[in-house]
Amino acid sequence: MKQNNNEHKGENDQHHHFFKRKTINQTRPQTREIAEDLWIKCPKCYELAYVKEHEKNFRVCQKCKYHYRLRWQDRVKCVLDADSWVEVNAELRTADPLKFANEGEIYPDKIAQTRKKSGINESLVTGFGTVDGRPMAVAIADFAFLGASMGSVFGEKLVRLVELCIENRWPLLTVSASGGARMHEGILSLMQMAKTTAALSRLGQARLPHFSLLTDPCYGGVTASYAMIADVTLAEPGAMIGFAGPRVIEQTTRQKLPAGFQTAEFLLEHGMIDKVVNRRDLHHTLSTLAKLYAEVKVQETRPVLSLSPRLVRNEEMRHAG
Amino acid sequence: MPGKAPIHKAHPPEVKRGAIRGGVKDPTAPIKLHEPEQQLTVDENTTAVWAKVQLARHPERPKTLDYIKRYCPDFMELHGDRRFADDPAIVGGLADFAGRTVMIIGQQKGKDTRENIARNFGMPTPEGYRKALRLFQQAEKFGFPVITFIDTPGAYPGLQSEERSVAQAIAENLLVLSQLRTPVIAIVIGEGGSGGALAIGLADRILMLENSIYSVASPEASASILWHDSAKAPIAASTMRITAQDLLELGVIDEIIPEPEGGAHTDPLTTADAVKAVILRHLEIIETLLATEPEAMETLLNQRYNKFRKMGVWEE
Repeated sequence: MKQNNNEHKGENDQHHHFFKRKTINQTRPQTREIAEDLWIKCPKCYELAYVKEHEKNFRVCQKCKYHYRLRWQDRVKCVLDADSWVEVNAELRTADPLKFANEGEIYPDKIAQTRKKSGINESLVTGFGTVDGRPMAVAIADFAFLGASMGSVFGEKLVRLVELCIENRWPLLTVSASGGARMHEGILSLMQMAKTTAALSRLGQARLPHFSLLTDPCYGGVTASYAMIADVTLAEPGAMIGFAGPRVIEQTTRQKLPAGFQTAEFLLEHGMIDKVVNRRDLHHTLSTLAKLYAEVKVQETRPVLSLSPRLVRNEEMRHAG
Repeated sequence: MPGKAPIHKAHPPEVKRGAIRGGVKDPTAPIKLHEPEQQLTVDENTTAVWAKVQLARHPERPKTLDYIKRYCPDFMELHGDRRFADDPAIVGGLADFAGRTVMIIGQQKGKDTRENIARNFGMPTPEGYRKALRLFQQAEKFGFPVITFIDTPGAYPGLQSEERSVAQAIAENLLVLSQLRTPVIAIVIGEGGSGGALAIGLADRILMLENSIYSVASPEASASILWHDSAKAPIAASTMRITAQDLLELGVIDEIIPEPEGGAHTDPLTTADAVKAVILRHLEIIETLLATEPEAMETLLNQRYNKFRKMGVWEE
């Protein structure tokens, strides 16, 4: 997936063209070898940072404020109280409904490799914990797993988490990053848009809030479904968010795209999100939201669908928050 | 996107029987690619699937307004989203349908280049989806059943679409449709392209015409994503399983409506009448349900929810 990340960053570089590449490599050629585990170089401004310091800063470049893409573990750390995370439904695994083969490479093999590389079973990691002592369910899309594409397991895990929220009366935070739908599962991936959005309408009927955090990059079916219909929509600075990617738009329409197109700031300006939040303020923002939305005055107005039987297994977790 | 696979430069492929053509008229002729010397070798299944794709996109294939005109000469078209503009790529309005008022909404492609330019090739902008949203909500208000006709390559990928967030427009339609308190029936009449199709397709019943397709991304886009080569669209079309028959097998749709031999365009009136009969049958089943149970609307919404709740395949 490293390759993919680099490819995508290449696409985004135009939006950071004002950060000209510095010739760190040329002036100090030995730095990179020394750096391997001690130093990290910002892909946008090429500033070096001490790894431990970098982690303490939630992987934000202290010079240009570039927000690095986070693996799910790091996201948990900057969202939830320390040691409060409990993962659920981690065992759900991908099947191969289309018997998909891409020039000899079959989908289950691709998944197996990705699992090994990423250390997770699927691109969406779900669980719950606390934010300043208040319970919150969290679904995190990890871009390192096939570009956090949304397939059947992604959809199922999100819906089960929503059901867990309804059962326990927890608010939900979704942290999205995605290249879009999982091509390998075809139409079933598309249907996850309907499935997840329908589940979130149930969350709304139960008068439970959905907070959505859009992170870099967030495209396609995820943006066009659950991630865009939250009660509060947040985004990280500089995150690229849209439906169609800039390359597709340029190719299809021959339009010249303005500077800053599809960045979080662009979406804020166009009225599509509520707030751009720096990563260091994220925990505090969520804590404030959890507190404010805990004072809901309206009761459920319509009967909420009876929950699926498998949730009984989650009984033991319900008071963990 | 997944499948940013390395570009596979195939060995110079030979032409075999079953090679297919990008044009519409002759699905058995050799395919014409961007690079004329390159030919695509495909198996029989791919040839058959690509023939269906060509039928689904046939310029003469009946479009949404053709069905509406057949059913209801007094169609009252309603225009505009009341926020920004009227999108001609989505039409909607009120019609008398076998003795009851229904709200019909559908993407509208053109039959020739001039019409297609006017209709933006059936690719809606956010305004189209927001017009649909307005009409969904009006249908709910008056208890009119909603019938949607799906026929689009996808939502329009453009600067303006992103500025006014077509993604948000699609998402909001899904949200509202999932709890719309009136029956919703969707029919894929031609091309069901991606989220731009689904945005009017979250329904109690999903029907497809025999030679229509419905996919997560168009065959060209799929080929471009998977192999960085949109000329491999025919292979993507068969790999991605996008025909009505595939979707019935995958449990996504409820019923396939047969077409006249040669495709819907050979006999549009018969096709329209067959579509009407199937819609009516499903609508009457739902209306019966709504008339008999006291909490019937809740039952209908739960059925609609469960229909999508169970879509997907996984292991645990």
